[in-house]
Formats: sequence, C-alpha cells, structure tokens
Amino acid sequence: MNDAIVSLESVDKRFASGLQALSGTSLRVAPGEFVTLIGPSGCGKSTVLRLAAGLEAPSAGRIGAPALANESAQTAFVFQEPTLMPWASVFDNVWLPLRLAGDSRAAARERIEAVLAAVGLGEFAAAFPNELSGGMKMRVSIARALVTRPQLLLMDEPFAALDEFTRQKLNSDLLEAWQAQSMAVMFVTHSLYEAVFLSQRVLVMSARPGRVVAEVAIDAPYPRPPAFRSSQAYLQSCAALTQALEASQAPAA
Amino acid sequence: MKHRALPLLTLVALLLGWEALVRIAQIPHYTLPAPSLVLQTLAANFGSLAGSWWFTLKITFGALALACTGGVLIASVFALSRTAEAALFPIAVVLQVTPIVAIAPLILIYVESTTAALLLCAWIVAFFPILSNTVIGLRAADPNLRDLYRLYRATPWQRLRLLLVPSALPYFVAGLKVSGGLSLIGAVTAEMVAGAAGRETGLASRILEASFRTETPKMFAALLLLVLTGVLIFWSFEALSRALLGRWHASEQSD
Repeated sequence: MNDAIVSLESVDKRFASGLQALSGTSLRVAPGEFVTLIGPSGCGKSTVLRLAAGLEAPSAGRIGAPALANESAQTAFVFQEPTLMPWASVFDNVWLPLRLAGDSRAAARERIEAVLAAVGLGEFAAAFPNELSGGMKMRVSIARALVTRPQLLLMDEPFAALDEFTRQKLNSDLLEAWQAQSMAVMFVTHSLYEAVFLSQRVLVMSARPGRVVAEVAIDAPYPRPPAFRSSQAYLQSCAALTQALEASQAPAA
Repeated sequence: MKHRALPLLTLVALLLGWEALVRIAQIPHYTLPAPSLVLQTLAANFGSLAGSWWFTLKITFGALALACTGGVLIASVFALSRTAEAALFPIAVVLQVTPIVAIAPLILIYVESTTAALLLCAWIVAFFPILSNTVIGLRAADPNLRDLYRLYRATPWQRLRLLLVPSALPYFVAGLKVSGGLSLIGAVTAEMVAGAAGRETGLASRILEASFRTETPKMFAALLLLVLTGVLIFWSFEALSRALLGRWHASEQSD
C-alpha cells in the first residue's frame, strides 16, 4: 500500500475564490508507471498535478508524495508552455534545477550535454529560446525536467500547443526517455489518442468538481513504434476509452 | 543606412535654412543668431562654459544615480509588501505630479547646500519612472517559472538573482530611458529657479545670465550644450538597452 510514488486519498480542493476543483479524488501511481489523466476542461486535472508537486495544499484528504520529501529534486514538472527563461541560453535553462541545488556550471556540464543530446538538441546549447521553434522549446523544457533524473515527472498538457506531426514525434521521444530512466510519469491531456499511445493506465475524470470515475488499462507492450497507432490493440483501446469518457459525462454521473 | 542618413539630412537642411533666413532677412544677432555665429560663440566661450557644463552634468548624473538606487530600493520594498506600497505609493505620486518649479523655491530654502537642493529637485523629477516600472517588472515574472523555482526549493536569494531581477530588467531599462532625460530636465529647471546664485553654477544659470545681458548667441551656445547632453544620454541608454536585452527581449528584436 505504501509503495506508491503519488497517492491521493479522498482529496478535496477548494480555492480561495470558492471554486471547488476536486471532490473526493483518489488515485495512486506506482514507481515507474506511466499514468494519464483525461477529462473535460476545468475538471481539475492540472490541480491534481499541482497537488502532487506540492505547489498546492489539499483542503481535505491525504496526499502521499515521497519523492517530494527527498532533498535532491526527485519531482519534475513540465507545463503546457515551455516556460523557459528567455534571457538564458538553452544550456543555462537546463542547468537551472541543478544550479538551484548548488551544482556549478562545470559540475553540471556533463549531465546537461547528455540530456540535451538525448532530446536531440545537442547542437543548440548556446541558442536562446526565441531562436527555437515551439517543438524545440518543449524539448528544452523536457530536458530541464529530465536533467535531475526525477522519480516522478508531472506533465500538464505539454504538447497541446504543437502541430500533430511534432506532437507524435515528441510522444515517441517521451516514451523512449521514460523507458531509459526508471521514473513514473503523470501525464495530463485532452487527447484520448495521445493518452492511449503513451499510457499504461488512463484515469478518466468527471466534470468539475473533478474526481476519478473510471480507469482504462492499455494492455500493449512497449516499445510502442508509430505503427502502434494503426494496430488493432490501439483502436480497441481508443474505443474503450471513448466509451468510458462518454459514460463519465452522462448527467447521472 | 537610410534610417541614419534621413534624420541627419533633415537636421542639415534645417540648419542651412536657418542660416539662410538670418543672412537674407538680415535678422540682428541679438534677436536670432545664425548657427555659424552660435558655433563661433561656443568655441570662443568654451573655456568658461565647460565649467558650467561639468556642473550640470554632475547634477544630472548624480540625480540619475540616486533615482536608480532610490527607485529600485523602494520598488523592492513595494514588491515585498503590498502594505508598504499602499502606504507609500500615494506620496510618490504626489511628488511626481507636483511641478518641480513650484516646490524648488521651498527646497532651496530648506536645504542649506545649493548642490544638495539641486540634486534633490532633479531626483524628484527623475525617480518616478524607474520606481513604477521596476515595481511592475518585479511582479512580471512568469507564474509557472515561480512555481518551478518553488518546486526546486530555490532560496529567496536565488529567486531574486536568477528570476526576479532578469524579469524586471526590461521594465527597469525602459524606466531608465525616461528618467535619463528627466534628470537633465530636473537639473536645468532647478538651476533656473536657483538663479545665478552660488559659487558653482550650471548651464541654466549661464543662460539666465546671458539673457540679462542680451547675449543671445551665448544663450544659444549654452542651449546647444544642453541639447547635446540630452541626445548623448538618450543614445547611451539606447545602446545599454541593446547590450542588455538585444539577444532575448522582444523590444530589441528587429527583422
């Protein structure tokens, strides 16, 4: 029971504005697991991530996030926007988490160069964010998240603003990174296709106040090549998830 | 090339027109001196004008330095505490909206040293743009980046140095560009009010003094030095802005 990397038990979240974002939300994510949260706009998906990151406190209920208790940065966050510092080079942006932990540029150089090469930006260390495309900026953002080798990676609709081609490429690259590092990923998306392609489990949330109302396991082995998108298993999972989503939005729920 | 040549050509054309007008209409030099005469007068009197120029420059840059320090310090206090801002910002506004010519005579009464009084006047004129811009800038940091710094447990000092200061920099520089010009205006206005009194006098006093003696060419010569100073201040802050922001901020990007 206690080996989850993130667990929410009957969590309520009410903001100061009176907005009730979550009501009785429970979920758990095991170490190394890839779990996606899906649901309508404003259902509190982002709030779940912010709670897991310790950026918000719950109004009621319990949150277990052992990765947060650790001194070295074990939790990483990727936002919908790349959220880079425009005044800093790609290298310095990726250096940030290590720098805040006290690592000098020289001490961090090897890890930064390795993670930049892994996301395909080895040549762009000296570039500034405004010189990069949207997809490349998101790669920098992911590199910054991966550079601390986190146990838990929280991703809040990271690819929503990208074109479909770039998005599929980044999905594949993300799975590669996930398999290379033994980390859990909690991924939020609007796209059920993206959810099916990436995840081991998809959690479906109801409209606000949100809670987890259904769970769909995607039983397909990794690695998942782009051809997975046209496989029978993929199409079946999409159909199952569509059904779960429709059922969750029924007025009776 | 074009954007450099055009203003220069306009200026030359204006000066030539002025010169021609004075010569053809035979306007007496105590009414309107020709540009050539102004230059001659400046060359002839440069020795004595240079001392006054230096004094005005000292007041201007002294006030600007104080405006930077004061503006940034007060802005930091405001950024840290909304209560302090609510309590003190109206005072800053009152200082800003009161015409300096109207309070300069009072300041000259209360402050013993003329130099200090002039500095204070110029500071009052110059500090507000830096203050208000820096307050906005310190609050302009991306909320997601703020969250990221929290997630990685940045110390307050790291947050200030690596996030808040760079975020505020474009706003501060924009304020500096305005304050640079204002500190010169403040210095000259205060000198005008102070009159020709005191051991050391600036360019404004020289203009007043020349005006009493109907030495119009000398008035223009002193004015030319003031204009030159203003343009140099403007140019140097434009250059500073390009150097600090050129690589990353939208305000300095051109295509």
